[in-house]
Amino acid sequence: MNWTEFFAMGGHAVYIWPVYGIAAVILAFNVIQPVTRRRTVFKRLRQYYRIKSKAR
Amino acid sequence: MHKYASPKIFYPFAGKLLPWLAALTAVLLVTGIYLGLFVAPPDYQQGDTVRIMFIHVPAAWMSMFIYVVMAAAGAIALSWQVKLAEVLASACAPIGASFTLLALVSGSLWGKPMWGTWWAWDARLTSELILLFLYLGFMALQASIEDPRRAARACAILALVGVVNIPIIHFSVEWWNTLHQAASVSKLGKPSIHIDILIPLLVMFGAFKAFFATTVLMRMRNELLERERETQWVAQVVEQDK
Amino acid sequence: MAALAHAITCIVRRDVTVAWRRVHDVVLPLVFFAIVTSLFPLGVGPEPNLLRELAPGVLWVAALLATMLSLNRLFANDYADGTLELLALAPHPLSVLAIAKVASHWLLTGLPLVLMAPLLALSLNLPDKALATLLYSLLLGTPVLSLIGAIGAALTLGLRGGGVLMSALVLPLYTPVLIFGAGAVAQAANGQSAEAHLSVLAAFLALALTLAPWATAAALRVSLD
Repeated sequence: MNWTEFFAMGGHAVYIWPVYGIAAVILAFNVIQPVTRRRTVFKRLRQYYRIKSKAR
Repeated sequence: MHKYASPKIFYPFAGKLLPWLAALTAVLLVTGIYLGLFVAPPDYQQGDTVRIMFIHVPAAWMSMFIYVVMAAAGAIALSWQVKLAEVLASACAPIGASFTLLALVSGSLWGKPMWGTWWAWDARLTSELILLFLYLGFMALQASIEDPRRAARACAILALVGVVNIPIIHFSVEWWNTLHQAASVSKLGKPSIHIDILIPLLVMFGAFKAFFATTVLMRMRNELLERERETQWVAQVVEQDK
Repeated sequence: MAALAHAITCIVRRDVTVAWRRVHDVVLPLVFFAIVTSLFPLGVGPEPNLLRELAPGVLWVAALLATMLSLNRLFANDYADGTLELLALAPHPLSVLAIAKVASHWLLTGLPLVLMAPLLALSLNLPDKALATLLYSLLLGTPVLSLIGAIGAALTLGLRGGGVLMSALVLPLYTPVLIFGAGAVAQAANGQSAEAHLSVLAAFLALALTLAPWATAAALRVSLD
């Protein structure tokens, strides 16, 4: 397996690797964002319930 | 089936499905990318750039598929006021927009070595761009309306109106003689591409579908927690999460 | 049936009367149409051949933008003074009443645009043989713009950031009309048949007439609740 040749992709490396790179970024974002949001949601809900029980 | 339409039942059910869907997504993605980059042979005419197709074509397909799901969920939400349908539609939008963006970027990078231009205003690419604007409009409208129910209903109407665009996208390649490569994978006809190219392509189709299923459930669970915060079951879920 | 026809004529008559009293509301989009069309030669230079090339697209984009601007007039005034709620409560299908509103909007905006277009086309060196096609394309297209625009106006009723948001929602939906409308005129300017393009525009009109009133009525109900 000639790695140099593989990465050169027949001279088209400048087109192919950015595509896969951007795909990775976009897919990663779509995983990370809901995960982070979940933590925020829990934090906010905990606060909300705390305030609600105090107000009773 | 109806019992799963209740947020209270759906939330844990989705939670149980998630690890399996995530695992499936990972397996399919790794397999598809491996096949696409290492196993599939370079094309006689396009050389290695054909590998971009393994990202571009499934992404473009997902961009349209997700819009249809979004519109269908909207139709259900409008007709029967099913909260789960509202949440599904809302969760679809950012994922669909992401795939549309990916399709546009990969299409542009594919077009440059093939036809010499970074961007061609032909029917297919243009329709994909319009689709991105439709997704962004949907997200903007939702953000502008405070009441979640009114937002869901307004966005459902918008999505249904936009879904008329989907057939125009699909048939635009037939209608216009353009630069863009004719659709070579069709459910109705035989694909005009070699099996060594077809298999990685189909695996990537599956991978993106599984990815969509995983991430849409994640988003739906988040939104359900917020919208249903006044209920007992949400209070319990929050308490039990330490 | 007679009551419905009466209701429609009432709405159209009322809108026209109101427009007569607030002439600037109606005239401004037309002035905008003329201004935008003149901006292009100022921007790209007066080279006659270049303008001839651009003319179909420029005229259509300008007509589109002018229609966009006029859309806020469609429901906003009635929403503000409560007429819209009364219309929604009327014993007539809201979708038909919506068509009436769109019809009066078109009479006051779309039709004048169609009539103005040939003059502006001459200023852009559009060949004479394309003028008829320009008129047909606009006659078919501007009602579609009004019909689709009504949906956007109904969806964004009363929302802050309404105008820009409405534009962002509606302009992507306008693009097929623009493509075939300008395309028809460009074909005619090149001496080719624009029949296919005009047929597609007619199909768009038929589709819009069938679906848009339903969507507009649904959107109005959502906004009024």
